[in-house]
Amino acid sequence: MTVGLVVVSHSRALAEAAVELARGMLPGRELAVGVAAGDVDGGLGTDATAIADAVTAADGGDGVVVLMDLGSAVLSAETALEFLDDDQRARVVLSPAPLVEGLVGAAVVAASGASRDRVAAEALQGLAPKQAHLAG
Amino acid sequence: MGRAGAHPGAALGRLSVAVPVDAAGLTAWVTEFARLVHEQRDELTRLDAAIGDADHGANLDRGMTAVVAALEGGPADDPAAVLKTVATTLIKTVGGASGPLYGTFFLRAAGALDGGDAGAFAAAVRAGLDGVAARGKAEPGDKTMLDALTPACDALDAALAEGRDLPDALRAAAEAAAGGRDATVPLVARKGRASYLGERSAGHADPGATSAALLVQAAATALAGGS
Repeated sequence: MTVGLVVVSHSRALAEAAVELARGMLPGRELAVGVAAGDVDGGLGTDATAIADAVTAADGGDGVVVLMDLGSAVLSAETALEFLDDDQRARVVLSPAPLVEGLVGAAVVAASGASRDRVAAEALQGLAPKQAHLAG
Repeated sequence: MGRAGAHPGAALGRLSVAVPVDAAGLTAWVTEFARLVHEQRDELTRLDAAIGDADHGANLDRGMTAVVAALEGGPADDPAAVLKTVATTLIKTVGGASGPLYGTFFLRAAGALDGGDAGAFAAAVRAGLDGVAARGKAEPGDKTMLDALTPACDALDAALAEGRDLPDALRAAAEAAAGGRDATVPLVARKGRASYLGERSAGHADPGATSAALLVQAAATALAGGS
């Protein structure tokens, strides 16, 4: 069992590309990564009910770490928690990590079977390699 | 709810008669809000173009049009279910930040609604306001919806506490909401997209406060059956 991930973005294209980038780090390994992105008409936007559905689908029992872009993606992810029951809500972490960097780090660690807290901590470290490189 | 003999549609002369806050009354409220949003759509977008991303009018109009359609299809005899339908429909269809914010308003109001009298309505609206404040992590003065909703709730509570009837109290709330909206003009936004503009966000009414004032105005119109 592994921790699931959900990507929330205003743009479906952006979310799917970020997932493709992260999956490139995991050849041959299984990981549940859900996408909730775009509005009902395929335009830019977010939908809390779609996020709740994606969280439910990605949760195999070990919980879910949610990565978001900005603005209403964050508000919608918080609103999505209102649609979950208490047990499930307790297994969800909304990560403040940057979307792309956080997702790649989280995906690698999640696929190795790490705990939800460990996955969330790794997502938060997502900027570290870039910061270290540019500071050097 | 102590309304024996008062037919909802009966206009008693010039006396103002509250529409009971039942499923039909709440449906009338949000339907009137949808009408006002549609009518003011371009103005809301113009305000959002000045200090945001120019989609508030279009987003909210799309959401409220979907709300009216959803309520037409549903067996609307449960007041809380009406509010919950409004919430989920807005959340699904708005796309921008006003979706989760207005959605949370109606979701929390639905959860708090306990009864069909003026006090129950005021308590539900207050719960909705608290939900918006918690979701947006905003407070009055941040140039948001709260700048219209907070004085409206305060005026509604105060008028009811003075023994004024619901139509009268809602008129006071609508005036307070409009005053709160106007008071956002000189403010510098501290939340949402407009906050990126800093000082440049001053000089325009906040689009969220403007639509929130329409929400209160709609209640004053729709829940005061007589004239």
